[in-house]
Amino acid sequence: MNTVEYPSIDWLAIMPMIILLGGALVLLVVGALTPRWPRSLYAVATVVLTIPTLVIEMILWNRVGHDGPVAVIGDVLAIDRMALLAWIGITVATALVALSSSEYLRREELDGPESYAMYVLAAIGGMALASANEFVVLFLGLETLSIALYVLAASHRRRVESQESGLKYFVLGGFASAFLLYGIALLYGATGTTNLTTMGRFLEAEVFLDGDDAMLLAGLALLLVGLGFKVAAVPFHFWTPDVYQGAPTPATSFMASVGKFAAFATMLRVLLVALPSRADDWRPVIWVMAIASVVIGSILAVVQTDVKRMLAYSSIGHAGFILIGVEAAGHSGDTDGLPSSLLYLVLYSVLVVGTFTVVSLVSRTGDGRTDLAAFRGLSKERPALALGMTVFLFAQAGMPVTSGFVAKFGVIKAAADNSSYAIAIVAMIASVVAAVLYLRIMISMWLSDAESGDDQREKVAVPFTSALVVTVSVAFTLFAGIFPGWLIDASRDALVLVR
Amino acid sequence: MSLLAAGGGEVLSFPILTALVLVPLIGAVATLLTSARRPEVTKLIALFSSVVTGGMSLWLLASFETGDAGFQFVSKHEWIQSWGIGWHLGVDGISLFLVVLTGVLFPLAIVGCDPHHDEKPYLAWLLMLEAGVMGSFLSLDLVLFFLFFEIVLVPMYFLIGRWGYDQRVYAATKFFLYTMVGSALMLVGIVTTALLASDQLGKVSFDLVEIAEGANFAASTGRWLFFAFAIAFAVKVPLFPLHTWLPDAHTQAPTAGSVILAGVLLKLGTYGLVRFGVYLFPEAAVWSREIFLTLAVIGILWGAIAATMQTDLKRLVAYSSVAHLGFIVLGTFAFTTEAISGGVMQMVNHGVSTGALFLLVGMIYERRHTRQIAELKGLQKVAPIFAAAFMVVMLSSIGVPGLNGFVGEFLVLIGSFSTARWWVVIGATGVILAALYLLWAYQRVFHGEPDEANSTFRELRLREGMVLLPFIGLIVFCGVYPKPMLDRIEPSAKALLVRVEERSGFSAPDVVHVDGSDEHGSAEEHGEEG
Repeated sequence: MNTVEYPSIDWLAIMPMIILLGGALVLLVVGALTPRWPRSLYAVATVVLTIPTLVIEMILWNRVGHDGPVAVIGDVLAIDRMALLAWIGITVATALVALSSSEYLRREELDGPESYAMYVLAAIGGMALASANEFVVLFLGLETLSIALYVLAASHRRRVESQESGLKYFVLGGFASAFLLYGIALLYGATGTTNLTTMGRFLEAEVFLDGDDAMLLAGLALLLVGLGFKVAAVPFHFWTPDVYQGAPTPATSFMASVGKFAAFATMLRVLLVALPSRADDWRPVIWVMAIASVVIGSILAVVQTDVKRMLAYSSIGHAGFILIGVEAAGHSGDTDGLPSSLLYLVLYSVLVVGTFTVVSLVSRTGDGRTDLAAFRGLSKERPALALGMTVFLFAQAGMPVTSGFVAKFGVIKAAADNSSYAIAIVAMIASVVAAVLYLRIMISMWLSDAESGDDQREKVAVPFTSALVVTVSVAFTLFAGIFPGWLIDASRDALVLVR
Repeated sequence: MSLLAAGGGEVLSFPILTALVLVPLIGAVATLLTSARRPEVTKLIALFSSVVTGGMSLWLLASFETGDAGFQFVSKHEWIQSWGIGWHLGVDGISLFLVVLTGVLFPLAIVGCDPHHDEKPYLAWLLMLEAGVMGSFLSLDLVLFFLFFEIVLVPMYFLIGRWGYDQRVYAATKFFLYTMVGSALMLVGIVTTALLASDQLGKVSFDLVEIAEGANFAASTGRWLFFAFAIAFAVKVPLFPLHTWLPDAHTQAPTAGSVILAGVLLKLGTYGLVRFGVYLFPEAAVWSREIFLTLAVIGILWGAIAATMQTDLKRLVAYSSVAHLGFIVLGTFAFTTEAISGGVMQMVNHGVSTGALFLLVGMIYERRHTRQIAELKGLQKVAPIFAAAFMVVMLSSIGVPGLNGFVGEFLVLIGSFSTARWWVVIGATGVILAALYLLWAYQRVFHGEPDEANSTFRELRLREGMVLLPFIGLIVFCGVYPKPMLDRIEPSAKALLVRVEERSGFSAPDVVHVDGSDEHGSAEEHGEEG
C-alpha cells in the first residue's frame, strides 16, 4: 500500500491567510443571513480582521530576523522579509480601502458584505502571490486575486461603465493568465520543475548549448507578458485606463495598491529566485518596459481630461519607476534594486489609496463626476480635503518632503549605482511631464474661477471614515517623506530571499 | 534635546542655522492655525516669525567671524543614515549675505505688499518660501540642498498662481515646469556624484564638504556631472536662452512674489553655480568657462535690449534682471577673487535694488491699476517724494558710483578684465544700456505734465516710506562703505579660487586689489593662459 507523505505545516506562517480567509467566509455567510448591518460595521469588521493579521505578520517578521527566511509547507511558500513586507503592505492597504469604501458603498446604495469579502479574498490571493515559491501556488494566488478583482471592477450594479470595466478586465486578464500559464508550462518543460528555488539552482548549474534554451527563453518571454499585464507596464497596459476609470473608485484604489504590490512582488521573486542566471536575457526586456512605461504613462496622462484616467496613466508611469528598480536588481551584485522597488511599492500603495479616496469623494453620488471640472473650487468648498489631495499630488510628482520623493530617489539611486544613467535621466524627465498632470488637477482645485452651475452641484460630503483614511495617508506620506530611514532599513532587510 | 545639542564646533551652543529654517516653518503652520475671523492676529504671527528670522540673520551677521574662509555655525546631524544623507548646515562668506538678505527682505515684503484676498494662506506660503530659501542657502548636503531647492517651487507656484495677475496660471505653470526640468537632471547628477565619490570616500555620503575634500573626479566624468548641476542653476538664474520663464513669472506674480523672486530666488541659481558647480567641479567649471562667459554676456545684452523695448514697466524690470544676473555669472566664471567677490556682492545688490524696484512698480500699480509706461506720465509733479525714491533705486540699479550697484558691477568688470577681457569689453556696454532703458523709462513715467488720470497719483505714504527706507539705507550704505561686506566675502571667495587653481591648473593673475591699489597695467601684461 502506498502512503502519501504529507509535508509538515508551519501553522504560524500561514496564520495571516487563515485569519483573513475565515474572516471573509464569516463575513459572507453571516452577512448574508442577517439583515443589513448598521452603518460602517462591515468596514469596521474588515479592519478588525486585519489587526490580528498584522500582529502575526510582525511576529513573523521578527522570526525571520532571528531564524532567517524559510520555505514552508513542502517549499511552496517562501516566508522571507520581502514576502512579509508585501503582506504588511497588502494588509494595511486592504484596511484603508475597506474604510474608504464604507460611505462610498452607502452613498451608491451598494452596501453589503460582498465588497468587503472580495477585498479580503483578493488580499489572500495577493499574499499567496507575493510569497509563492512554486509556480502552481503562484498561479493559484494570481487567479484568486484576479477573479476577486474582476468582480470588484464590475460591482457597481447600476453603472454600465462598471460592467464594461469588469468584462474588459476579465477578458484581457484571462488572456494574460493564459500567457502566464503557458510560460510556466514551457519553463517546466525546460527545467523539469515548478519550484522556484529548484529551478534557480538547476539553471545555475546547467550549461545550455547553442539553441538548447529556446524553450526556456520562450517560457521566460510568455511569463514576462503575463506579469507585465498584471503590473500594467507598457506595452501591456491597454486595459488600465478603461478598467481604472470604469471600476468603482475604491476598487480602483485596491487594484492600484494591492494588485500592483502583489504582482511586483511575484515578478521580483520569479526573476530573482528562479531566473537570476538568466538576468542578461530578461534585464533588457525590463529596461525597455521601464522606459516605455515612464514615457508613455506620463505623456498620455497629460492629455486626459478625466482624473481617474489620468491617475490610471500615472500609475503606469509609476509602474515604470518600479521597473527601474527591478532592472537594477538584475545587475550582478546589486543590493539596491530590490529594496528600492519594495520601498516604492510600500510608499505608493498608501499614496494611491489616499488619492483615490479623495477622487471617490469628489465623484459625488453616482460615482460619475471624475472629470477635471468636478475638482473646480474644491479649495473653497473643502479646503482640508483639497490640501490633502495637494499633498498626494505633490507626492506623486515626487516633490521633496513627501514619500514620493523618497520612492523616486531610491530607484534613481539604484539605477545610477548600476550605471544605468540613461534610464535615470529619461525617468526624471518623464516625471516632469507627469507633473503637468498633477498641476492640472491642482489648478482645477485651487486656481480656477467658479463657473456658472457650480453652485447647483451636489456638495462634496466628507464622511468620517474617508476623512480618517485621507488623514492617515497624508500623515504617512509626510512622515515617510521626512523620516524614511526605518522604511529604507526594512526594505533592505528584504534583500535576503528564500533561494 | 537634539535641538540644543546641535550647534557649531566653535562658539555657539544654540543651533542658529537650524532655527533660521525652522522658525519661518513654524510661523507658517501657526499662521494656518489662526482663526479666519482674526486677520490681524494672522498677520501679526506671520510678521513676528519673519522679524524673528530677520533678527536672527542679523545676529548671525554680527557674530560672523570675519576673515575665516570656512563654514561657520555648522550644524551637522545624521538624518537618513542608510543613504548617507545628513542635516548639514553651515554659512560662509559667500552665503552669509544671501541669508541676511533673505532675512531682511521677507518681513519687508510682508509689510509692504497687500495680497487683497485670502491673506492667511498667502502669508503661510510666504513663510514656507522663506524656510525653503533659507534652507537652500544654508545646506551643505547635496540632497538636503536639493530638497529645499525643489520645495521652494511649491509656495512660489501658489503665490503666483493664486495672487498674481491675469495670466497667472500660465506663468506659474511655466515657472514650475522650467525649474523642474533643470532639477530633474540635477537629481541624477547629485546621486551619481555621491555614488562615484563613494569609491574614494569608502562610503556613500551626500555631504558637500566630504565629497569636495575627499573625492577627485576624472575630467570627463566631472564635466558631465557639472553640466547636470549647471543646467538646473542656469534655468534658475536664468541664463540665456533658458530665461523665457522669468518675464512671465515676474510680471504675473503679486508684488511680494516679484520682490522675493528677484531678490532671493534667482540667487539660488547663481549661488548654486558658485557653491555646487564651481566648488565641486572646479576643473569642469574652468573647462566650460567660455560657454558660460559667452552666455552671460549675451544675457547682459539681450536683457538690456529686451528691457528697452518693453511697454510694461514690470516686464522692463524683469528683463533688467536678466541683464544684471549676467554680470554675476560673468564674475563667477572669470575666476579672480575680485570678480567672484563682486559677483557675490552683486547678488545682494541686485536683490536690494530690484526688490525695491518691484515694490515701487507694485505701488504704482496699486494706485493706477496699470503698468503700461505709455499710460503713466508726469508723476514727478504730483508725487515728488515717490519720484525721488524711485530715482535713487533706479540709479542703484544702473550702477551709479556711490550707490551699491556700482560696487558689485565695477568689481566684476575690473576683476574679469584680466582673465576674460573681450567678454568684459562687450559686457560693459550693458552698463550703458542699463542707463539707457532705465533713464528712458523714468523720463516717460515721471517727467512731463501729468494728464488727468495721473494728476491724482497719491504721494508716498508713511507705511510705504518705512518699507522703502531700509532698502534705500542699504543702497547708500553698501555704495559708500562696502568694506565690511567685502571683508567677509573675500576670504571665502579667495579660498574657492585657490581650490579652482589647485584642481584645474588655471591661474588668475593676482594684480587687482579691492582696497583701491589697483594696477590695471600689469594685468594686461599677464593676460590669460590661452
